[in-house]
Amino acid sequence: MAPLATSLDVRADFPVFDRGFAYLDSAATSQKPRQVIEAMDSYYRCSNANVHRGVYKLAQEATDLFEGARERVARFAGSEAATTIFTRNATEAINLVAYAWGREHVGEGDEVLITQMEHHSNIVPWQILCSERGATLRYLHVSDEGLLSLDELDQVLAEGRVKLVSVVHVSNVLGTINPVSEIAARARAAGAVSVIDGSQAMPQMAVDVAEVGADFYAWTGHKALGPTGIGVLHGRRELLESMRPFLGGGDMIASVGFDSSTYNELPWKFEAGTSAIAEGVGLGAAIDYLGGIGMETVRAHERDLTHYTLERLGEIDGLRTFGPGDPDMRGGVVSFEVEGIHPHDLAELCDREGVCIRAGHHCAQPLMRELGVPATARASFHVYNNREDVDRLAEALQKARKVFGL
Amino acid sequence: MDELYRDYILDHYKQPRNFGTLEPHDLEAHDHNPLCGDELGVHIRVDDGKIAELRFHGQGCAISQASASIASEELIGMPVEQIGKLDADWVVDLLGISISPTRRKCALLSLKVTRGAATGDASWPE
Repeated sequence: MAPLATSLDVRADFPVFDRGFAYLDSAATSQKPRQVIEAMDSYYRCSNANVHRGVYKLAQEATDLFEGARERVARFAGSEAATTIFTRNATEAINLVAYAWGREHVGEGDEVLITQMEHHSNIVPWQILCSERGATLRYLHVSDEGLLSLDELDQVLAEGRVKLVSVVHVSNVLGTINPVSEIAARARAAGAVSVIDGSQAMPQMAVDVAEVGADFYAWTGHKALGPTGIGVLHGRRELLESMRPFLGGGDMIASVGFDSSTYNELPWKFEAGTSAIAEGVGLGAAIDYLGGIGMETVRAHERDLTHYTLERLGEIDGLRTFGPGDPDMRGGVVSFEVEGIHPHDLAELCDREGVCIRAGHHCAQPLMRELGVPATARASFHVYNNREDVDRLAEALQKARKVFGL
Repeated sequence: MDELYRDYILDHYKQPRNFGTLEPHDLEAHDHNPLCGDELGVHIRVDDGKIAELRFHGQGCAISQASASIASEELIGMPVEQIGKLDADWVVDLLGISISPTRRKCALLSLKVTRGAATGDASWPE
């Protein structure tokens, strides 16, 4: 039975849609609602001052806005403010763990375990760490269905050399929703620290990081209707407290002497220099907006669009989709290829019809090699998309086939 | 007719001329377009200072593959020392379509690898 069409209708909140695009690239970055743009605008117009330092009212107001956003972001994610660190993006959040935890605890002969479906941001920091420390980077395989195997995880962990496991929550290429709480629990049982890259998960489904139970959970604001330049790292308190700082500078210290310094308490110990204050305020507005819709509704909407997309794309000759066939097992992203047309050409021809899709390796070159394709085309969704966008995509793809004489 | 995907572009894409490998060869280079993953290699056999035979190989979008195919027909017979003097306009003019900034590197990849093979200069043509 086909699911009921979603009733979510929020497009009017997103000014960019005045231009009429069918924007299907939210896995790269989401569009921003008026509420986020206005919160940032109002911060700069009325409340701008540096945070954590000034004694004057305006500085206190800026601090309250920024720290208030942190508290709401923490609550939204099932964490607490002290263990919710603002970074520049998810990449920086993962690098923070690689540098501040990894350099202390990963040594020669140790292993770091990731998967073949990781984004470059969850590959390269570990490559750098492993090459510096004489450790080995290993990859869990991805099945033809786009799934990981917990049995393989168990086998690798049982060898006893894995110090850290880092896995994507929702794949930005396959859409696969990975069983991250099982993965985190198994890593812990094997004495390994776990990191989850939640960049595609937090924006589109209810995620409670305490329930996930990983040691670290990283995500980014700009895919969650927020601004660029702000990401989040949730960490286990004991680990964060025992770790050395990532970057040194102002705001992260308690006191500075000529030879050494003592560090500020959590979370500021990991936030050197002036933070992205307006972006923090913007992210606060973004999660307020998502919370207002309700993450269960957001997820149901994405599931419906994914289901509908798999159905519509299935009607096109020579089109192959990647990832799990069951929409319950995947987030709001569908990668595909059309026989005889390179993804780059598909994206160009879709653009002519006002349909914005991604083409390329999606910062996941090892996965592309595993799938045996140089690149894929990708459509991804958020709250502002509707079935009409998917219809426009399907029509644009049919037209592309005509142009190519197929 | 489509302004970018003209019949002759699609014809060269679907039936690329001078594609494959060449053994033995005197010059070779391989490169890719990091933006979209277009990949192209070239094998060249030189005779009397001129390109006697040339084969491109790789995979990519219609623009990159058609550009290689069309360029190959011009390159065969050309003195090797002339390759270094070919610029971006040479290949764009050969293609005969207007190339948007986002697709420019697709169009230039064939010249980039050929120049790389002939001169060792692996920079993007300007």
